Amino acid sequence: MITRRTLLVGTGATFLAGCDALTDNPALLSAEDAHRFLQRSINGRAALAREFRADQRSPIFRVNGTANPNTPEYNALAAGNFADWRLRVDGLVERPLSLSLAQIRTLPQRAQVTRHDCVEGWSAIGKWQGPRLETLLQRAGIGRDARYIVFHCADRIGGQPFYESIDLVDAFHPQTILAWALNDAPLNIGHGAPLRLRVERQLGYKQAKYVMRVEAVASLDGIGAGKGGYWEDSNGYEWYAGI
Amino acid sequence: MDAPPEPRVAPRTVYRHKLFTRVWHWLNAVAVLILIPSGLMIFNAHPRLYWGHFGANFDHAWLELPRFPGWVTIPSHYSLAGARHWHLFFALVLGFGLLAYMIVGLLNRHLQRDLRIRGAELGPRHLVADFRAHLALRFHDPAHPGAYNIFQKLSYAGTVFVLIPLLIVSGLAISPGMWPWLADLFGGRQSARSVHFIAMACMTGFVVVHLTLVLLAGPVNEVRSMVTGRWRLPEDEA
Repeated sequence: MITRRTLLVGTGATFLAGCDALTDNPALLSAEDAHRFLQRSINGRAALAREFRADQRSPIFRVNGTANPNTPEYNALAAGNFADWRLRVDGLVERPLSLSLAQIRTLPQRAQVTRHDCVEGWSAIGKWQGPRLETLLQRAGIGRDARYIVFHCADRIGGQPFYESIDLVDAFHPQTILAWALNDAPLNIGHGAPLRLRVERQLGYKQAKYVMRVEAVASLDGIGAGKGGYWEDSNGYEWYAGI
Repeated sequence: MDAPPEPRVAPRTVYRHKLFTRVWHWLNAVAVLILIPSGLMIFNAHPRLYWGHFGANFDHAWLELPRFPGWVTIPSHYSLAGARHWHLFFALVLGFGLLAYMIVGLLNRHLQRDLRIRGAELGPRHLVADFRAHLALRFHDPAHPGAYNIFQKLSYAGTVFVLIPLLIVSGLAISPGMWPWLADLFGGRQSARSVHFIAMACMTGFVVVHLTLVLLAGPVNEVRSMVTGRWRLPEDEA
């Protein structure tokens, strides 16, 4: 006999199971494009993320994601204090670059005290410094066909190389920098030494650490599983992380 | 000429809810039923709340809860990415649904006619009388069976004009891609996240009380009135 109680519990369980089955439904995933369109429509391409005073910083900026790439190649670079490290800027550019950390530090710099917003919900405020990504892309002469900038990183998670990508709206945003310093000290390994991306109007998982190579591409197909980033490929996180 | 004679038996039903109100009600019900459990799953990713602009593991949390169990979350297994798919889709349903409800409600005068609170209704005498009527499980005025009572007006208006807008604005304020001043309205992103959680708790409270009162007032008649629009009067008033 079906009692009211079993009916209620059964309905609830069916509802939840139905939700589980529909979680990767394309209709649901379309919300990502809607939010990107809405946010960019009301918020101007160059609108700045909030910047803070130095005394508003978090006392401790927690480390998240990979805390140490710990590959033989990375460990060798770290042992030499990244003197042998080079950042490659290539792909759809006229003049591929290979830059040392010293060269990156002599480029025009931007320093910004911003809030890092993790997709999990926590936030930390820190001061980041480095050249604007736009400066590097202009020196390399970004090609007309380029639509996305891909950041290839030194860390691997579960054997998969970490990477992230942004489009040109964010690549040329004034606050998008490749930071080599956090809170006036060179990045430590936990925070992505020697260089990490800051794309301030998106969530923390877009802020790629241990950047080795910046590649300009026309399409994200064929890179990783094609969704534009490690977390997008492996866990289904949204590529646009402005919300 | 004489007026036609009054029918001996008054109509046994009243038309209570217009079509748009009913469509919005059910869309909203689905949205809230998805948004709360998927929001609880998102909360599970970091079940600590803070005040101010920043807040993480080493900072002081004003509230720290155990993770919500799988039977109240969407998805039922741990998946922050999956919960975000649900939450961000139905956030659009909730937000644009409310906007449409307000515009249509002003145009068809539903808001002005049904939700407007008159001064006399807030007088202590009226409030006490209505409260006593609630205790006796009498939820409508026999003289105006289509009208909301004062507690309905207060809770519906509070939900439509305060609670849901607060949920939407505080949710947007958490987003790094939104206007920065939105988070500042709450005193920072972590404060906005705390307000979002508290407003969710109030919304859950509203849903529980609302469903309880539907059960007490006669679930078949109440649900029918929200499906067909027609609410049946009690036998002795027909």
